[in-house]
Amino acid sequence: MDTLTATREKSKISVKNLNFYYGKFHALKNINLEIPEHKVTAFIGPSGCGKSTLLRVLNRMYALYPEQRAVGEVLLDGTNLLTSKEDVAMLRAKVGMVFQKPTPFPMSIYDNIAFGVKLFENLNGSDMDERVEWALRKAALWTEAKDKLNQSGSSLSGGQQQRLCIARGIAIKPEVLLLDEPCSALDPISTAKIEELITELKNDYTVVIVTHNMQQAARCSDYTAYMYLGDLVEFGATEDLFFKPKRQETEDYITGRFG
Amino acid sequence: MSAVMQPAAQTARLAKFAQRKRVNRVALVLSLAAMCFGLFWLFWILWETVRLGIGGITLATFTEMTPAPNDAGGIANAIYGSFLMVMLSTFVGTPIGIMAGIYLAEYNVKGWLASLTRFVNDILLSAPSIVIGLFVYVVVVSRFHSFSGWAGGIALALIVIPVVIRTTENMLQLVPPGLREAAYALGAPKWKVITSITLRAARSGVVTGILLAVARIAGETAPLLFTALNNQFWTSNLNEPMASLPVTIFKFAMSPYENWQKLAWAGVFIITMAVLGLNILARVLTRKQH
Repeated sequence: MDTLTATREKSKISVKNLNFYYGKFHALKNINLEIPEHKVTAFIGPSGCGKSTLLRVLNRMYALYPEQRAVGEVLLDGTNLLTSKEDVAMLRAKVGMVFQKPTPFPMSIYDNIAFGVKLFENLNGSDMDERVEWALRKAALWTEAKDKLNQSGSSLSGGQQQRLCIARGIAIKPEVLLLDEPCSALDPISTAKIEELITELKNDYTVVIVTHNMQQAARCSDYTAYMYLGDLVEFGATEDLFFKPKRQETEDYITGRFG
Repeated sequence: MSAVMQPAAQTARLAKFAQRKRVNRVALVLSLAAMCFGLFWLFWILWETVRLGIGGITLATFTEMTPAPNDAGGIANAIYGSFLMVMLSTFVGTPIGIMAGIYLAEYNVKGWLASLTRFVNDILLSAPSIVIGLFVYVVVVSRFHSFSGWAGGIALALIVIPVVIRTTENMLQLVPPGLREAAYALGAPKWKVITSITLRAARSGVVTGILLAVARIAGETAPLLFTALNNQFWTSNLNEPMASLPVTIFKFAMSPYENWQKLAWAGVFIITMAVLGLNILARVLTRKQH
């Protein structure tokens, strides 16, 4: 299908003939997809279509659960991460992830960010301070958090917590950032802040976002993939997909006639 | 059928509503009565403990050794012996219990070994403490031909371990899976996720479990009768028989001597206050979390 490889950008991640199983359930069916570098790619589709599953393959999160299985190829800069001998921790340092619900660790705001950095780098006190500030600034949380870095991460509001999780993810300087419905638990103002942030982040990172909110996909992504029941139905530039979809199913979904 | 309620249906609905309110009131009265019944005995016990125990509390109680019948003295050796053995069993039992709890909650949630461990742990949890005392008597005391503080500590540790295993496992299971995944997503290895994230999130619950275990063993008599036995004198040598509060209370309360009975009540008062204090501390720690 030529639509699936319509991008002319340099691709960061290539998914080839990917099939995924939860036990016996066939959740992803022969997915082929090129995720371009330094762009925002959105996965949309109704609940249960496999978009989160696909996202969780990209950092091998599924490998935590023995009954989950991925078959095929997922190339990150040309290396198949499904069969790579590289430690999964090193992969996750390159491919960060932010979840649907904010998950501040039970420690201070500062330590929330330092936790990940300490896993991979030995920074001295002032270098670590600098890194924490850099990450918080990048996540647009610095002005709100700078006076309470020693307070517990859970003392922040929901939207701030989610930005803390993004700061924590980018503090370890990944190349790819996976966002799994990062705004679904947030109010519109926090959502707007995070969307703004996503647009900024693509200058440095390749961003992949799963969202239920089609306006969000339209607003902040460059490429969009529409998935349904484990199939990748259509993939292309966001404008094309939203304004002149090639497939009837895609049009039905984005116009709200279905899903 | 009309969408508006007919008068007859309206009356039936009101009757139903009144009925529901009556049932609610009866249930409320019954549960209040049950609560009062429980509290009544608890306060009576506390009242009697304070009334009879407070008279025996003097400086000598904490500084002098258990006396001969009709002689002046205190229960310092029993307090110290209890303290030593409770500490020993807590220091032995807590790490084992926490590690086993971690294994059950994090490493082997569904395996046969975990199911077996849980089953055995449940049995141990409900095993009569006298059985544990006899077991340690056979395995430790009769082998070394001596009652000892070590044996007492081991017997108490066998009571601590299942309690700590159970609470640690339960508290770790309460930690949301999303928190673990978030730590893994940063590339943290499993041991790091457990020590820095999961265990930390469950910290106050785990500490509460330990405190409750300590409160439980502080008053155990049966496992000490065959293991640490008793000692009239002050000793910090765990190889020797050792006095403890519960055993001293048992011995003194059963005696016909008035001064012994008075000291027994003082001991009861001290144990009750210590256990009450531990329970309140456990309460405060769990409340802080929420």
